[in-house]
Amino acid sequence: MVTCTGCGLLCDDIEVVVENGKIKETRNACRRGAARMRGCMNRLSPSVNQKPSDIKNCIRKAADILRNARSPMLFGWSNSTCEAQLKGIQLARKLNAAIDDTSSFCQGILIEKVLQKKFRTCSLEDIRDKADVLVYWGSDAQDSLPRHLSRFSYFPRGESRQRGYEEDRIAIAIDVRESNTAKICKGHFYRIPLKGDWDFILALMDALSGKVPSYDSKKMLELASIMKKAEFGAIFLGIGLTYSIKEDFDILQKLADMLPNINIMPMVGPYNMRGFNEALFKETSFVNRVKFDGKASHDSSYSIVEALRNKSIDTLLIVGSDPLSSLPRSAISHLANIPIICIDPCVTLTSRIASVTIPCAYSGVENGGSAVRMDGKVVELTKILTTNFPSDEEILTRLTEAL
Amino acid sequence: MVTVMELYQLLPRTNCKLCGEATCMAFAVGLLSRKKNISECTPLLEENFKKQKEILESLLLPTKGAEETGMIVHPELCTGCGNCVVACPVDVANDPHGAGIGRAPTNDKVIFKVVEGKVVASNIKECRRFGKNRVLCYACIDPCPVGAIEFV
Repeated sequence: MVTCTGCGLLCDDIEVVVENGKIKETRNACRRGAARMRGCMNRLSPSVNQKPSDIKNCIRKAADILRNARSPMLFGWSNSTCEAQLKGIQLARKLNAAIDDTSSFCQGILIEKVLQKKFRTCSLEDIRDKADVLVYWGSDAQDSLPRHLSRFSYFPRGESRQRGYEEDRIAIAIDVRESNTAKICKGHFYRIPLKGDWDFILALMDALSGKVPSYDSKKMLELASIMKKAEFGAIFLGIGLTYSIKEDFDILQKLADMLPNINIMPMVGPYNMRGFNEALFKETSFVNRVKFDGKASHDSSYSIVEALRNKSIDTLLIVGSDPLSSLPRSAISHLANIPIICIDPCVTLTSRIASVTIPCAYSGVENGGSAVRMDGKVVELTKILTTNFPSDEEILTRLTEAL
Repeated sequence: MVTVMELYQLLPRTNCKLCGEATCMAFAVGLLSRKKNISECTPLLEENFKKQKEILESLLLPTKGAEETGMIVHPELCTGCGNCVVACPVDVANDPHGAGIGRAPTNDKVIFKVVEGKVVASNIKECRRFGKNRVLCYACIDPCPVGAIEFV
């Protein structure tokens, strides 16, 4: 039994068949997990200024670049183990650098609220054993976390939900399109217009407090009555909702306060995004967008998107992420002007333009460690294969020593 | 997936009874459930039905890989989510502490298993659609949003 690092669910019931130092077959992992276990098509090789080199030289060169940088930023972290993330935070402290992870354009703001205990939350096992009402809001769990419905939420039979999805559970989808999750929810799919989440929340709050909602009143009253009757419910907040209601999350808190039996759970995509958020929260009480300068300061200008747009950073160290392919076009032009150090197991778009590339082991397959699941549970990762590549934790340790 | 009406449209539709069935419609049903073979329809083997026979063969090609219960798994559509593994009532009865609670199957009595990110059916004799007392069960089709499981 090994742990899969394909998504935020960290399934720990995967079986693998290893033959000749390679994974021949994976069992029980979804397609996404199986692809992650198989590894990457093109392995990254060490290089300095696009010329082949060795890892030792690469680390020395990376240390030179970081030493000369006036405002460096360390970015990535969502695909690294907790141990590597801690090393990264130490390195940022030492360099007086800004540090940010992919949660700054993902679910960071919701995870912050959960860590500040502003939302009621629960574990995925609680949901499996007790939940009777499940709301997928702006989230297509079926595609982004493929085993979410089958392992924890809708289909399994839990301790007090012995009849599982057939009679004991109601799944509700609120989304702008009929996603695969919505297809499973069938009779309880609420289609909303683009950016219509705000109006939908207001209408739902009206329906919950006994007023006639202004918007699709019959369906809203039906939804409100299901939510009120819930013995143990869960709302899975997806990135669709986060992007739609932007920074103003107080309304969501008001809605959560009106529903005492319902828990809130942000859906996390990358396998250890929550791990980074928790580690940084413990050290600085912020989950992302932090700049160390003697003390830790937090501002939206320290987010990767804003920093690139304002051209306020002069060096970028990327660990296990590919900003060139995931960030908006308006933000990425600055990447061409600054030296980039890329630590990644695979060749990515970003690694192709990087000044220094340092290949690392594939975390969760070639090196172990620990990671934090989307509900906050710490899961141990297992080492399956042996490799000559150092882990990202080891690279960061050597980089810190070289500085 | 091909329907009975589509098959019927391509048959001679003379109700000649040479195949042993009462009507061409009954023969079309037999074709779809793989109880009858195209070669049993002798008029279809004649020269003027050559084109229709070819179309029939191509339409029936996907049903060749079907299990005895008529189940077809399309591996190219499957995402390996495991909804069918957990939803199948036979899997739950045979493995209550594995597949029943959403975890990986713990024994070999289950029908569905996920291998290499795609679902594989085995133990087909356990399926509720198999045997004398079969029932028209949809438990594995309904939870699949991508339509990777079909019965013919």
